[in-house]
Amino acid sequence: MKKVTLFLLLFSVTFLYAKRIEVCKNCEILTIKKAMELAEDGDEIFIKKGIYKENDIEVNKAVTISGEKGTIIDGGFISGVLHITSDNFVLKNIKIINVGVSYTKDFAAVKVVKCKNFIIENIELNQIFFGILIEKSHYGKIIGNKLSSTAKDEANSGNGIHIWHSSNMIVDSNEVFGMRDGIYFEFVTESKIHNNRSHHNVRYGLHFMFSNNDTYYNNEFKNNGAGVAVMFSKFITMYQNKFLNNWGSASYGLLLKEIYDTQIYDNLFQENTIGIKGEGCTRINYKNNTFLRNGWAIKIAGACYTNVFEKNDFMHNSLDLAYNTKVNDNKFENNHWSEYTGYDLDKDGVGDIPYRPVKLFSYIVNRTPEALVLLRSLFVDIINFSEKVSPVFTPDDLMDKKPIMNKINDRF
Amino acid sequence: MLKILKYSFYDLMRSRWSYVYFLFYLLLGFVLLFLNNDVNKAVITLMNIIIVLTPLIGTIFGVMYYYNSREFTELLLAQPINRKKIFMGQFLGISISLTLSLVLGLGIPFMLYGLFKSTAIFNFGLLLVVGSFLNFIFVALSYNIALSTENKIKGFGYAILMWLFLAVIYDGVFLISLVMFDEYPLDKFSLIATMFNPIDLSRILILLKLDISALLGYTGAVFRKFFGTNLGMMLSMSILILWVLIPVVRMNLKLKNKDF
Repeated sequence: MKKVTLFLLLFSVTFLYAKRIEVCKNCEILTIKKAMELAEDGDEIFIKKGIYKENDIEVNKAVTISGEKGTIIDGGFISGVLHITSDNFVLKNIKIINVGVSYTKDFAAVKVVKCKNFIIENIELNQIFFGILIEKSHYGKIIGNKLSSTAKDEANSGNGIHIWHSSNMIVDSNEVFGMRDGIYFEFVTESKIHNNRSHHNVRYGLHFMFSNNDTYYNNEFKNNGAGVAVMFSKFITMYQNKFLNNWGSASYGLLLKEIYDTQIYDNLFQENTIGIKGEGCTRINYKNNTFLRNGWAIKIAGACYTNVFEKNDFMHNSLDLAYNTKVNDNKFENNHWSEYTGYDLDKDGVGDIPYRPVKLFSYIVNRTPEALVLLRSLFVDIINFSEKVSPVFTPDDLMDKKPIMNKINDRF
Repeated sequence: MLKILKYSFYDLMRSRWSYVYFLFYLLLGFVLLFLNNDVNKAVITLMNIIIVLTPLIGTIFGVMYYYNSREFTELLLAQPINRKKIFMGQFLGISISLTLSLVLGLGIPFMLYGLFKSTAIFNFGLLLVVGSFLNFIFVALSYNIALSTENKIKGFGYAILMWLFLAVIYDGVFLISLVMFDEYPLDKFSLIATMFNPIDLSRILILLKLDISALLGYTGAVFRKFFGTNLGMMLSMSILILWVLIPVVRMNLKLKNKDF
């Protein structure tokens, strides 16, 4: 009995302790800054609907800041809006607009510095420089936010969700568009990025560097200026992502540079200029991916070792593979190639003659890019055919010995 | 001229080959759309065929018609009709009947498969325009060759050689020169080189609307700027028109001095 009373007592104390501060146009407290001054750890600040013109709000207490439909904080294009430096905060249901643009400072709608265990949920950001900027923080959840801006060029625009030097973050179900980079990770480890949609960004849909042990799944990257770039990272898992319509002269579905020990499976690469470009990639397994109507499905540059391409579908790409180095110990096995013209006499579903994904024309284009103007010319078809019959220029050990006759993956 | 045109046109329409040609395109269209329901993809495959086949058929039809109707032409020449009108009538008769086979043969299946609802309608239209141009160009070129060569076998040989040159050899020389001189800026060169070959020009015109534009990369900036804009489109169309006009003019000059 004593225990129960003690518990009840404690409960009521904490309940009383966590007071709720309301901010509105007719309340006692008119501004969020004022509310922050009055608040203590564990309080809830509720912002009623209306437009609040405020900048540089310091959030240095573990509070829950929430709003309702129509709660808008207007930065007036002056500087950043929320500057959070406290652990255990929650931020939800608020709209923040008009963040100032600077060439020297990272003005952000929500800037989080050195925090732990926080949640940023259901926030809408519009006309922003940086969206959610997180530095040196851990165990954060960024869920269901919508970030957008109207970035025109790279120099005077910021990133949507920008995370730097953090770990154990969860970025889930966000939508980012019209920014410079949709989602930007640098030195972020042990994190999960899933169900996000990043589209129509000026530069990359997703850009990450030096970020190890991260998992990316079920995201969609569409119509971004340069697609998705992944660099200098290890132990990454990417699956069920969609890389669509990243179409332009310097655009990649997925750019891999110095990536090690990574699993890339069940992804869809559709209508990108280059589906995957790999440079200095080692021990990567590409499995069950679908490459549909890309310019180049895969382009492999130097220093790639022990990559395995297995059970992928290469369908109707202008050029399946460009390869300008030695084959090394990279392997192509059991893929389906729509360009395959071989036969399967024993009807086991595996083609009886090997498929050579590198055509002579693709080799020539690698050396002389201008030669691309001859794409789909009859002459090119003829030389491709003769090269196929007896390989002279293209690496003769680069082949898929057991091409699959029918489409393998029917996820998409 | 209209009478001659009408006569040649009806003559060709009555002949088996026009029907075969028409049926071939009809079948091709249906089979392509049956095999892959994607109209966009079908346009690429069609382009591959049109770029090679229409020039070949145009060339062969042109030469064949000239040599076959030679006696009748000589009969006509004995009448008080302007030479120019006779030959222009024949030329237009062949070109129009071939174009009709192409447009109807491909148009019908595509229309039945819901082309008007698809976004590919512009690409498809461009394909037909380009195909028609190729018909006119190659009939004119082959007529030139036939007019200059009395010997039937030689005439056929030259005509086929011309087709082979423009469809295959030209690209080979082009490719080799690109590879040989790859230290130099080549975009302007390749731009001009495509102008000198109607087959290449048509191919690029269609491809720029399809998959090549983004693949060209920074090296292709000149190309994209040129062909991608309306001005470039107009310019390349007018070059195609020039490709029709120049052989026609030469044909007329040749006719003036020719002794039948």
